[in-house]
Amino acid sequence: MSDNNEAPPPIPPDDDEDEFGVIKKFCYVNRKAPYGTVYALESLEMVLIAAAFDQDVSVVFMDDGVYQIKSDQAPEAAGMKNFSKTYRALEGYDVEKLYVSKESMEERGLTTDDFLVDVEVLDAAALSALLAEQEVVITS
Amino acid sequence: MAYEINGETYEADEEGYITDIGSWSEGLAGLIAEDEKIEMTDEHWEVVNFLREYYDEYQIAPAVRVLTKAVGKKFGKEKGNNKYLYSLFPYGPAKQACKIAGLPKPTGCI
Repeated sequence: MSDNNEAPPPIPPDDDEDEFGVIKKFCYVNRKAPYGTVYALESLEMVLIAAAFDQDVSVVFMDDGVYQIKSDQAPEAAGMKNFSKTYRALEGYDVEKLYVSKESMEERGLTTDDFLVDVEVLDAAALSALLAEQEVVITS
Repeated sequence: MAYEINGETYEADEEGYITDIGSWSEGLAGLIAEDEKIEMTDEHWEVVNFLREYYDEYQIAPAVRVLTKAVGKKFGKEKGNNKYLYSLFPYGPAKQACKIAGLPKPTGCI
């Protein structure tokens, strides 16, 4: 509960660019299937929090991680919350650098039409170049 | 803690966010607002209903910056700023409006 006996806090300024000071290049690499473990959901939450703190965020989907952004997920039947819709919220958080491993996608018979968000497809060489330029890489 | 309307009890966490989003109703929203010392106007409802639509579409409660931007996009620039939203919800639009809308505490809540 808010303690409404005290005066409300001051109103923060709109879009204060200096608010968080240091901005780092964060890359979140997702390699696991969306359900069965909590890795995908936790990674997505980390991405949202990093974005809320105005960090420079990239997200990579590779190996079974490509299934995280597959359209038409229906985990409700297994008693799981369908959090796949949340990937569509990333754009509103200004997270627009979403990458998929070309090899992982093709090995699983997927194309970019199967994904619920717009992604850029990178081959292994391009992916390693992307990772090399990051300051923080978090794999899960 | 819990809220009570007409003898029905609605469970909430220690901060007052209801635990079952499905149990939300406008009546319950009014009661939570009362608890927050907020008198609901059409402008308050506009934000609360917008949050419910946002949650329905994305399955999360937006961070305040994202909410502000989205409100500006939908209702116009004069509403898409902190001054306006804090005038409606003095303790933080994301926190108070989300609570009234029956949503969980925003992800990346700052």
